[in-house]
Amino acid sequence: MDIIEPLVKIVFIFLITLTTVAYLVLVERRVSAFIQNRIGPNRVGPAGLLQPVADIVKLFLKEDIVPKAANKFVHSLAPLISLVVAMTTFAVIPFGNSIHLFGRDIKLMIADVNVGILYILALSSLGVYGITLSGWSSNNKYSLLGGLRSSAQMISYELSMGLSIIGVLMIAGTLRLDKIVESQAQGMWYFWRTPISFITFVIASFAETNRLPFDLPEAEPELVGGYHTEYSGMKFGLFFLAEYANMITASAIIVTLYLGGWQLPFVGHIGLPDLAVSLLQIAAFGVKVGLVLLFFIVIRWTIPRFRYDQLMNIGWKVMLPLALANILITGVALLW
Amino acid sequence: MLTDFGRILIFLLIGAVFTGGGLVASWLLRPRRPYPDKLSTYECGEEPIGEPWVKFNIRFYVVALIFIVFDVEVVFLFPWALVFKEMGMFAFVEMAVFLGILIVGYAYVWVKGDLDWDKPSPKVSRYVKGVGVVSDESVDVTEQVAV
Repeated sequence: MDIIEPLVKIVFIFLITLTTVAYLVLVERRVSAFIQNRIGPNRVGPAGLLQPVADIVKLFLKEDIVPKAANKFVHSLAPLISLVVAMTTFAVIPFGNSIHLFGRDIKLMIADVNVGILYILALSSLGVYGITLSGWSSNNKYSLLGGLRSSAQMISYELSMGLSIIGVLMIAGTLRLDKIVESQAQGMWYFWRTPISFITFVIASFAETNRLPFDLPEAEPELVGGYHTEYSGMKFGLFFLAEYANMITASAIIVTLYLGGWQLPFVGHIGLPDLAVSLLQIAAFGVKVGLVLLFFIVIRWTIPRFRYDQLMNIGWKVMLPLALANILITGVALLW
Repeated sequence: MLTDFGRILIFLLIGAVFTGGGLVASWLLRPRRPYPDKLSTYECGEEPIGEPWVKFNIRFYVVALIFIVFDVEVVFLFPWALVFKEMGMFAFVEMAVFLGILIVGYAYVWVKGDLDWDKPSPKVSRYVKGVGVVSDESVDVTEQVAV
């Protein structure tokens, strides 16, 4: 009996994330069309709602072209690593308080590990392997340069990411994500208690997920397709899904650490039944993640791409000092 | 009893089965019609020139080296941040000293120009009679060669 509960939660999370990924692609296309004064995909199903299904069927049926010069094993392994790592981060994110169902309390997170944040940081640095290996194994100049750029970019911004989390940890005093969410009760969200840390973390998340304005690894005008130039068919599809899955996990982490997670202020004082409160909290988490995702998409279609030297300068000369200063400021603020 | 890391392992395995299953399904469904031109390395329609594994900029290594130094420091900060509230002033001073040493190294790297991706033209030092060795930034290397 003990294994059924985690299995149900895992399959549930998996299906939710995959569906969200598929529909996020549609949302992105519709929003970009709206921003560019176009209509966007609206032909497949009512208002284009079946477009993701059509896309996935098309990806399944496409021929998979592996260049003769490529390293076949690593070429197939790289997209797998990208997507699995992007999805697995979700294992430690609490998407609600515990819910009372079938006579038992069920905690709404898959694994309540005591090193939650370290686990997230470890996995997000594993993500660079997928991109670097794909760049190397394709045996193509554009891919190699894309992979290299990406690894340099991701390690540069990982520092600021780790350092900005320290500010939150100093206040919360725990690495457990559920405890961090609990400490943000009554609207004491960390985004206004440590604003500098919030800003640097969000910028670093953009760089870690390779989204515009930091999408140098696949900058089309310079590098054709970057690390996935030589990918086609379902393997390309996996990279595509991985990018969006990364966006979702990044948004979920931002919400958990800075925007109160599943906390909904004052909902406990209205006198609703416990089950309704739990469901409202899950809905609150979903809405917050959705808003952050929308922010990601709007930024992509309104801001131009950085040059590579600008990217490195911002990472090392602006973000790092800011994140370090934030630690000192938080320390002083906590002492006095 | 399944531990929390056991659950993560199950999650990982299910993820691998899902994505691997996607690849296998597409392998069963998709057409296979390869020919030499299709399998050649893409280089905008041209025949690929030279080795694809080109020499790349040494600065990527420098960035990796600086990263490792700082990342180790960040790892030291994590346990400190957890006990900061209990330790109070003592922990703050300790970490200020630690960060101070870190910042000295950071300033050194910055002054040395290793954080600049866009390198300025190299400084040329030359011998001027009666003055000694002078490093002159305004002198361009190509200019000197031309003279």
